[in-house]
Amino acid sequence: MDDDRHDVTLMVNGVSYTRRVESRMLLSDFIRHDLALAGTHVGCEHGVCGACTILLDGEPVRSCLMLAVQANNHAISTVEGLAGKDGAYHPLQQAMHDHHGLQCGYCTPGILMTMSAFLDEHSSPSENEVREALSGNLCRCTGYQNIVDAVLSAAARMRG
Amino acid sequence: MARKRRDFFDLRDGPPHTLSAAFRGSRNALSLVGLPSSAMKPAPFKYIAANSLEQALALKAQYGDEAKFLAGGQSLIPAMNFRLARPAILIDINGIEALCGVRTSEATTRVGPLTRYRTLQRDAAFAGLFPLIDEALPHIAHPQIRNRGTIGGNLSHADPASELPAIAVALRARFHVQSATRARSIEAADFFVSALTTDLEPDEMLTEIELPLQSPRTGSCFMEVARRRGDFAIVGVAAQMTLDDHDACRDIRLTFCGVGETPVDASPAASMLIGQPPTGNTFRDVAASVQTMIEPAGSVHATADYQRHIAGVLTERALRTAHQRAHDGR
Repeated sequence: MDDDRHDVTLMVNGVSYTRRVESRMLLSDFIRHDLALAGTHVGCEHGVCGACTILLDGEPVRSCLMLAVQANNHAISTVEGLAGKDGAYHPLQQAMHDHHGLQCGYCTPGILMTMSAFLDEHSSPSENEVREALSGNLCRCTGYQNIVDAVLSAAARMRG
Repeated sequence: MARKRRDFFDLRDGPPHTLSAAFRGSRNALSLVGLPSSAMKPAPFKYIAANSLEQALALKAQYGDEAKFLAGGQSLIPAMNFRLARPAILIDINGIEALCGVRTSEATTRVGPLTRYRTLQRDAAFAGLFPLIDEALPHIAHPQIRNRGTIGGNLSHADPASELPAIAVALRARFHVQSATRARSIEAADFFVSALTTDLEPDEMLTEIELPLQSPRTGSCFMEVARRRGDFAIVGVAAQMTLDDHDACRDIRLTFCGVGETPVDASPAASMLIGQPPTGNTFRDVAASVQTMIEPAGSVHATADYQRHIAGVLTERALRTAHQRAHDGR
């Protein structure tokens, strides 16, 4: 039983990985330890804080509430894939920088993944919609105001 | 192990505050380090991805209570991370297409148990048919959870503070349940036995949720009070009222979440509305009757008295809103 292992093949930020994982390996731990992509942060590990949010087939989900084996044949995006190939910030990253949307930065990867997917779907969000979309990500430093400002500013920039 | 390798979770040399600190001095081991089993959150289990309902039910018949179905995992995985749940077998049903989706016929709508909250939120036709569910969906946890969590998983988990069980009772849903050898259906009200306990046998799965279509001149309202958006409800109320051609109340459903071991059906307390045009005074009488009927347990976040007070306030507001919507044909 200790050794229930499965082969998984998945795309992470456009790169295909094949690994053999124990069935009880959480997707968050798999991303950080097996793939050494430590940008995805782990806070509460029971689905409350949102720090571990990734995109599963384009949708934000909590990677601590999925098993690595469940990601077999799926595509995942993490914060490492957000910037452009030339290293240029995603507009949301730039806006977070400009508006001082982070202090300690621990929650930031989860917020970037949640809100970049949100902006893809909502090009002109209201402040209320931004706050509602942000409700699943805890930040203990900023008081959220600067994050909300950054998201609204990024939305404006992405509309062009 | 031939070579002593610095372990990411080995705190003997002081806690590694950053990943680079943790791996300092062992850079070449970085990509090869596997997690030691002590670092795994869930207890060991055997994982089986089922390809069909028949296979999933056969496995459940074989393993019974030892096995758990894994749907969205938004309640089960946290419980496993805390090791409050330690299933020996995990039957992953996420690959079973037949369990997904919404089918509407003339008299009923059938929802597959693997349908995710987010799918229903995006389904404008469904929202039009069941505005009560549509109004409650944003209250269910957070966007990330709604992308993953499923309707059937929620109902089978039977959390008494959860919104959907109360709504299923309000809408007079019928739950279709299957095992490898038999099929049956249960009224929603009889499905919820106590906190986190349903009428499901160890070999059964909730395979379909059947919702009767609404009569004309029906209005509904869902409201809840929680400490923060998306938190569990201190009290939640679902109300649905149908008016006849003379504006008298023909049918009333009133259910609560968060105030008992199961969703609480307070429709009997509201039956005084039937047969007459509803007024503010009668809504107040219903609220008072609800307050004496419910027995909330209270918690560190809200005393029983406070829950009872909120239940009364929400009853009046929800009935007024449902009545208005029935009247306006919304």
